[in-house]
Amino acid sequence: MQAKRVTFGGGIVPYLLLAPQLAITVIFFLWPAGQALYTSLFAEDAFGLSRQFVGLANFVALLEDPSYRSSFVITIIFSVSVAGISLGLGLLFALAADKVGRRAMVYQTLLIWPYAVAPAVAAILWWYMFDPSVGIVARGLRILGIGWNHHLNGTDALIMVILAASWKQVSYNFLFFLAGLQAIPRTLVEAAALDGAGPWLRFRKIVWPLLAPTTFFLLVVNVVYAFFDTFGIIHATTGGGPGQSTTILVYKVFKDGFESLNLGASAAQSVVLLVIVIGLTALQFRHIERKVHY
Amino acid sequence: MVESGRKLTIAAHAALILGVVVMVLPVWLAFVASTHPGTDFLTGRIGFMPGPGLVENYKEALFTGSSVSGFPPVGPMLWNSFVMAMAIALGKIAISLLSAFAICYFRFPFRVTAFWLIFITLMLPVEVRILPTFEVVANLGMLNTYSGLAIPLIASATATFLFRQVFMTIPDELTEAARIDGAGPLRFFWSILLPLSRTNIAALFVILFIYGWNQYLWPLLVTTDQRYYTIVMGIQRLAAAAAEADPVWHLVMTTTILAMLPPVLVVIAMQRLFVKGLVETEK
Repeated sequence: MQAKRVTFGGGIVPYLLLAPQLAITVIFFLWPAGQALYTSLFAEDAFGLSRQFVGLANFVALLEDPSYRSSFVITIIFSVSVAGISLGLGLLFALAADKVGRRAMVYQTLLIWPYAVAPAVAAILWWYMFDPSVGIVARGLRILGIGWNHHLNGTDALIMVILAASWKQVSYNFLFFLAGLQAIPRTLVEAAALDGAGPWLRFRKIVWPLLAPTTFFLLVVNVVYAFFDTFGIIHATTGGGPGQSTTILVYKVFKDGFESLNLGASAAQSVVLLVIVIGLTALQFRHIERKVHY
Repeated sequence: MVESGRKLTIAAHAALILGVVVMVLPVWLAFVASTHPGTDFLTGRIGFMPGPGLVENYKEALFTGSSVSGFPPVGPMLWNSFVMAMAIALGKIAISLLSAFAICYFRFPFRVTAFWLIFITLMLPVEVRILPTFEVVANLGMLNTYSGLAIPLIASATATFLFRQVFMTIPDELTEAARIDGAGPLRFFWSILLPLSRTNIAALFVILFIYGWNQYLWPLLVTTDQRYYTIVMGIQRLAAAAAEADPVWHLVMTTTILAMLPPVLVVIAMQRLFVKGLVETEK
């Protein structure tokens, strides 16, 4: 990691400049993360009176716990659906906006603002629309003969949170896909058109491969979003229920640790999540290192 | 030449209009709900058109709150959210500028170590260290304070990397000229680096303001006193009451609109900076 060629010789100055950032990093990030790692190796009673080293027993218990495994499955279904829907729609709108050319800016304004809506707030919007007694969508579904009750039906609740999480994320994907599309040299597309390639063939053979780095980057970002930024969606609406049907991993770690005070299990869950973040971050940086590879 | 493809263009417009409808509809319905009196909800009279209760509902939500579900007014919550968002955005920018300056413009032992320490924070979102971080904040006596809401969140690897990139593009000749003219490091930082990074700072500010405003889990952990609730996490209390069939849907939706209005306005008003900030922070 290089510095500038011309530097100042400041003695203690650089340390003072770094001090605030490093102090916060150590006190609020590294120390607690270390604590989580450490606690995950111990069994503790809920009052914190006794603590006993148990090695990896908390992790073994976690893997054997059916409710944790089901939470894992729910998180996978949730993340794949959210990433799939929001990437698909983001790409569709970006292709359309790229096609309409000059007027794309108007649509951009109209499509990007949901990025600014907090996940929890987005969830309330959908929670209301689908509410079985007052929601307009639930009423519409009833007219069509489809019963809807996310208070009682786990599948309904999961669909509702997936839609809310995807709705908020489409604008982000749209913006990056549009930038990616606009960076593709016009001449390539025109040459293919001259050779008689129709829109679909051009998309498949030219646009899609050239867009691949963007798509990959967005895929990682969307999975991170679905795993970690969606806590508010669950907490503000379903509360993980009905039953366990919308208990995703970040919600479970909060519930087990903060509400049930099951410290060892919660710490072990934190460590599992930590491994997932490290994996995803590594993926993201691998991608950045070789950004352009046509 | 690419064929003009009239049919395709029409299809593109259709898809985009449909997209805009899907994006706007939930918010429109929330707005409609926020203009109806609470009793309208149980009779199913609420359709797609606004009702007569706009002023009363917003007044009630902002200044009175709901006595039925014991919900405090959201006026102070809006203020808390604003304070937290500003503190987080400005705090992150300030300490990241300083760190990036130190890393770029000085050679000193442990420079690379410091860089990696900052980098690691990327991998430690609140969600993976909920309990221990809460304990630290509690031990420092920062529960139910503004500093507890903001300070633990202002470390930022992303912002530090961004400013480092900006600084690396600034020509060395400028630094040399400044040194010949007798400027020390702080003078150089203040009079040359800061003005040159102005648009980057503004773009980042837009993104970070939204980030700060939309925090949910953190305020939930560190506030138990209603006086420190932020609006985004406060809604949950009200929504829970509405789901219990208390007649407060009108207040829930009024609060929802109020909670999303500031960040959405920021994005729309500063679209160019917003897009710049979003693209830059992801590089």
